[in-house]
Amino acid sequence: MARDLKVIRTTRPAGTHDFASKLAAHGLALARASRVEIFQVNVGKLCNQACKHCHVDASPARTEIMSGEVAGQVVEALKEFRFPTLDITGGAPELNPSFRRMVAEARALGTRVMVRHNLTVMFEPGQEDLPEFFRAHSVEVVSSLPYFLEQQTDAQRGRGVFDKSIEALRRLNSVGYGAEGGGLVLNLVYNPAGAFLPPKQAAVEADFKRELLARYGLRFNSLYTITNMPIRRFLEYLRRTGNEERYMRRLVEAFNPAAVEGLMCRNTLSVDWTGRLYDCDFNQMLELGVPEGLPRTLSELDAASFAGRPVSVGPHCFGCTAGAGSSCGGATAGG
Amino acid sequence: MAYYEEEDLGRFKEVGKHRPDLFEKFMAWYEACQEDGALSRREKALIGLAVAHALQCPYCIDAYSQSCLESGSNMEQMTEAIHMASALRGGAALIHALQAHNSVDKVSM
Repeated sequence: MARDLKVIRTTRPAGTHDFASKLAAHGLALARASRVEIFQVNVGKLCNQACKHCHVDASPARTEIMSGEVAGQVVEALKEFRFPTLDITGGAPELNPSFRRMVAEARALGTRVMVRHNLTVMFEPGQEDLPEFFRAHSVEVVSSLPYFLEQQTDAQRGRGVFDKSIEALRRLNSVGYGAEGGGLVLNLVYNPAGAFLPPKQAAVEADFKRELLARYGLRFNSLYTITNMPIRRFLEYLRRTGNEERYMRRLVEAFNPAAVEGLMCRNTLSVDWTGRLYDCDFNQMLELGVPEGLPRTLSELDAASFAGRPVSVGPHCFGCTAGAGSSCGGATAGG
Repeated sequence: MAYYEEEDLGRFKEVGKHRPDLFEKFMAWYEACQEDGALSRREKALIGLAVAHALQCPYCIDAYSQSCLESGSNMEQMTEAIHMASALRGGAALIHALQAHNSVDKVSM
């Protein structure tokens, strides 16, 4: 299923799309909230899939994964700063040997834990019990499913991914995930299967709920729409297909000032596999660190110092402010 | 040079260079038509796609293909809309067979 893609060096979109000037033109400034709510930890780029839209360039060929020592620093940071939510991402985070320990220790501290789970990883050796592990620790599962039809899903995520994803959702449902009011949260993520903006979140969530139930008897809680970011592997796709300029123009034209307030970079602190700190996972992949004067690594972390500070921005930020807005929790301006 | 250039779609506002008052009135009406109302934006985008095919306007086909995707339609739904437009165009041509019948009947014994 997973095709080894070479590591793509393409990082930033071309052109002079100045996000900071756009904010200023609307009288807006992008500053952090008073506290960090979400501690988003990327435990590495190793993945069993190699999706065409992946902003991480994750694949089975990647070797960059968080060490046990850095994972220990993550837990220490949770103990010290009591971030309400730990959002674990990758790659496929479950493939990191420290993953289960990090989840268990974070939950023991009372931290809400979300895992960006790609569904198919539960069919990898040693991962078969993931649904039971997630249930045992009341993990919130967030899973990408680009569409409720095979063609669009496999086009983005690789041949055979749709069938495996449906089977994985069955397993998660069977242990109690996705039932309304059941307490075990299963949220899905919709990414457009191409160079266009996501539909309205509420409308496409209703489509997914109706179709997944009718076709496969599957249930989930909420659906997040996330815009494809013009960086790394998706940017390479845009360039290969002659869509870069058109897509960037679309993002800039669709700039929505109302989407700015809810941007995830305002209340999220992102950590990479080496322990470096960023304003978001996208900045992390561009190696665009937090602004000067702020702690740069986990070992220097002082969460209070981020309050009210500016966020590092670039042309890719237009991806999060287009249309209804986009964040790791979906639309930011009313889907 | 081709008669139709993809980039020209983004230059639409240049039509307002002359008589901008008329163009602004058109744009206000056009944009108001797109909004959610008794019909959803998605339904309106599918109607737009069908009409674009009936008119065979490349700019409109390009714009409404994108609108359909961004309002959550898939290719099955879009293709059904295109078949609706095509069927109407086919039917509209075919019913004129009666004109031919009438014409032939008039001059036949």
